[in-house]
Amino acid sequence: MKSLLRRPWFGPLVALALVYVLFAFLAPDTFTGTVNLSTMARQTAVVAITSLGMTFVILLGGIDLSVGSGVALTGVVVARALQSGMGAWSAALLGLVASTATGVVNGVLTARAKITPFIVTLGTMSVLRGVAKGLAGEQKIDAEPRGLEHLMGAGAATALPAGVWLAVVLAVVAALVLEITVFGRHVVAIGSNSSTARLCGVPVERVTIAVYALAAALTGVAGVLEFSTLTVGDPTDSLGLELEAIAAVVIGGGSLAGGQGSIAGAMIGALLMTVIKTGCTHVGVPNWVQEISTGVIIVVAVGIDRLRRR
Amino acid sequence: MAELTGASPSADAPPRLVARGVGKSFGEARVLEGVSLELRGGSVHAMLGENGAGKSTLMKILAGVERPSTGTLELDGVAYAPLGPVDARRRGVAIVHQELSLCPHLTVAENIVLGVEPRRAGLFSRADAVTRARRALALVEEKSRQISPLALVSGLSAAEQQLVEIARARSADDCRLLILDEPTTSLGHDDAERLFQVLDALRGRGLTILYVSHFLDEIRRIADDFTVLRDGKLVTSGLIADSTNEELVAAMAGEAVQHRAPATRPRGEVILSLQGVAGARLPRDASLELHRGEVLGIAGLMGSGRTELLRAVFGLDRVKRGEIRVAAALGPASPLKRLGQGVGLVSEDRAHEGLALELSIAENLTLSKLSPLGRFGFLSLGREREVVTGFIERLGIRARGPDQRLRELSGGNQQKVALGRLLYHDVDVLLLDEPTRGIDVRSRAELHELFGELAARGKALLVVSSHFDELLTVCDRIAVMHKGVLGAPEPALGRSERQLLKAAAGA
Repeated sequence: MKSLLRRPWFGPLVALALVYVLFAFLAPDTFTGTVNLSTMARQTAVVAITSLGMTFVILLGGIDLSVGSGVALTGVVVARALQSGMGAWSAALLGLVASTATGVVNGVLTARAKITPFIVTLGTMSVLRGVAKGLAGEQKIDAEPRGLEHLMGAGAATALPAGVWLAVVLAVVAALVLEITVFGRHVVAIGSNSSTARLCGVPVERVTIAVYALAAALTGVAGVLEFSTLTVGDPTDSLGLELEAIAAVVIGGGSLAGGQGSIAGAMIGALLMTVIKTGCTHVGVPNWVQEISTGVIIVVAVGIDRLRRR
Repeated sequence: MAELTGASPSADAPPRLVARGVGKSFGEARVLEGVSLELRGGSVHAMLGENGAGKSTLMKILAGVERPSTGTLELDGVAYAPLGPVDARRRGVAIVHQELSLCPHLTVAENIVLGVEPRRAGLFSRADAVTRARRALALVEEKSRQISPLALVSGLSAAEQQLVEIARARSADDCRLLILDEPTTSLGHDDAERLFQVLDALRGRGLTILYVSHFLDEIRRIADDFTVLRDGKLVTSGLIADSTNEELVAAMAGEAVQHRAPATRPRGEVILSLQGVAGARLPRDASLELHRGEVLGIAGLMGSGRTELLRAVFGLDRVKRGEIRVAAALGPASPLKRLGQGVGLVSEDRAHEGLALELSIAENLTLSKLSPLGRFGFLSLGREREVVTGFIERLGIRARGPDQRLRELSGGNQQKVALGRLLYHDVDVLLLDEPTRGIDVRSRAELHELFGELAARGKALLVVSSHFDELLTVCDRIAVMHKGVLGAPEPALGRSERQLLKAAAGA
C-alpha cells in the first residue's frame, strides 16, 4: 500500500478519479453512461498509443515532435494504398513501415549525427507534413476502407472496438518491456546518466535509434486507427497531437530531463485529458475553458511532483 | 614497514601492472613523459602530485579513456592496450571517478549490473540481478549496514553511492586493478574510515588499488607504495613506510620557489570579516579579516572547500553558521546585494559560470551594471563602446574591439574581461577563484601586476589558488584551508611553497 502511494502516477490517478466523480455528479444522466464511456475510450486510443512511444522517448531524455505529422502521413499512405487496390492488411502494414522508417531517420540523426532531438524532430515534423500533403495532392483522399473502419467504429455504440483493445494490449506490452527487458533498463539508464551508461558498455546509439523507431512504429499504429476513425486520408489531420502525447507523459510523472516516467502514468494522463474535454462538453462548458483547464492541470501536476520531491 | 598492515603484499609477488616509458601529448603540450612504474598485486599504491602533475592523464590511460602517445603497458605479464573504458573493464581494470557516476533513477542492483545484465529467456532477470548485487555489495561492506539492492540510488548518501560504485567496479569480470580518484572528497571522516576498511578487505583478497589523493594522512593510513608525479614526470616512488611526510611533500613541490616578497603596502580598514562561517557541507569553519589595500590568499587543495567559501561569501551558496560582515552590512546576502555592497566574484569556471562566451566583450563587461549606460531601459551603445574601449586599453586585452566574441579570445584575455567586469562595476572587494587557471605565462604575469595595482588603489582582494607559488608572489598574507577549516592568515613573507603544501595536505 505504501509503495502504491509512492508511485509517481498515484497523484494523477487520484486527480483522474476526482475529475471523473465531479463530472458524474454534474451530469449524472449522460456522463456515466456506457455509451459515453465507450466514446471516451475511443477518443483516447490514438493519443494513448502515441504517448506510449513518447514515454520511451522522454525516458531516454529525448523528445519527438514529429508524432502529429507521422499520424497524418500514415493515414495518407494507407488511403493511397487502398486506392491503388491493396488489401486492408497490406495497406495498414505499408503505413506502419513508412512511419517506422521516419523514426529510424529521427534516431540516426539524433544518435549518430548528434543533433538535438528537439531540432531533428522539429525538422521531420515539417518534412513529414509536407510529404503527406504532397502524396495526397493537398486534399483529403477518399478510399474504400475494406474493413479497416471496423477497427475503431461500427458495432454497437456501447461496445469497445478492436482499436481500443489494441491500445490496452500495447500499453501492457510496453509496460512489460520497460519493466522486465534489458532494453527497457538501458533506456532508463541512458536517460538517467548517459555517460555512465556508455561507460558501462550500454550500446547508447543503438538503443537511441531503436527508441525513436519504436515510437514511430507506435505512431504508425495510431495513424492506422486514425484512418479507421476518419475513413479518409487527411494530410492536415492530427496537428499538435505530439503536444498532447508529451502532456500525457508529463502529467503522469515523466520528466523531460530523462530517466523518469511510466506507461501507467502516461495512460492516466491521456485519460485525464479526455475526461476533462468530454466532461466539459457534457456540462456545457465552452471550449476555451476546457483548454485553460487542461493547461492548468499540466503545470499543476508537474508543480506538485516537484514539491513532493523536495 | 609494510608489515604493519595485516594484509600486506609480499615484496616478491609478480607485478600486477607494469608501465614502461608512458607519455602523452595533446598537440604541442606534453602532459606526461616517460613514466615507468610497477603496481604490485594485492597492494594499495598511492599516486601523489599537485594539480596538473599528470595524475589524471595517467589514470585515464590506465582506464582506457585515453591512449598513450608513447610507451607500453602490461597487465599480469600480458600486453595491455585497452580500446576504451568498456574494454578496460572487461580486462579487469575499473575506475571510480571523483564525481560519482551512477544512474540516479535506477536501483542499486540495476546500477551494479548495468551493461552486463543477467538474462533469462532474453528478459532482464531481476532476481539474478539482486543476487549478483548482494554478492557484490557483500564484498564492500559489513553485513550489519548493508545497502538494499532494491533501493533507488537517488535516495542514497554520498558514502553509500561510493560503495555502490566500488561494488560495480569490483563486480566486473575478473577485476584486478581498481583505480580510485580522490575518493574521499565527498565523504566525512567516519565514512572515509569505513571506505578504508573496505579497501583493506579488498587488498586482502588480492586486488590492486591505485589510490589518487593529495591528502598525506589518508595515504599513510591506506597505502603500501607511492609514486610522485610532477610536471608530467615521475619524480620518485617507493614504500610509504620508508618515507617521511617531509620527503613526500618535497617531492611533490619540487625545488623551493624563489618567492618574491610583495612590496609592503599601507593597509586600510577592515572591509570584509568572516566569523566561523560554515556552509551546507563546506566550508566547515572559516574566519578572517580582509583589509583595504591587501591581497589575502587562500591556499587549499581541490575539495578543501576554498571555492565553497568564496561562493558562500558572495551569496551563491547557503551559509549555515557564522557571520559575514561587509563594511557596515552584516549577514548573508544574495549576489545582487553583494554587488550593491561592492563585492564581486570571478568564478573558477570561466566557460560555464564566469562568462558568456557567445557574447561580445562589451556585453560581458557591462552585464552587472547597465544602468549608467542608458535611460528608461534603453542602452546607449555608443556610450558602452566608449567605456569598454577604455577598459580594453587599460587592461591590455588583446582583441579587435569591444564587439569581438569572447570565444575567440585566449584564456588570459577572457580572464581580463572577467576582472574588467568587477572593475567596471567598481567593487571594493574582489573574490578571485583560481584567477590564472589555464592561462599563459605572459597573461599571468600581467594579471599579477594588476592585482598589486588594485591593492595599491585601496581595493581588497581575496585570492584562491592551488598554485602556491602564485600566492607567494602576489599575496600579503596567506591562510591555508584543509578539509573545510581555514587556518589563521599569516604574512606571506618568509613562507615557502613546501610549508603551504604541507599544511594544505594535512601533514
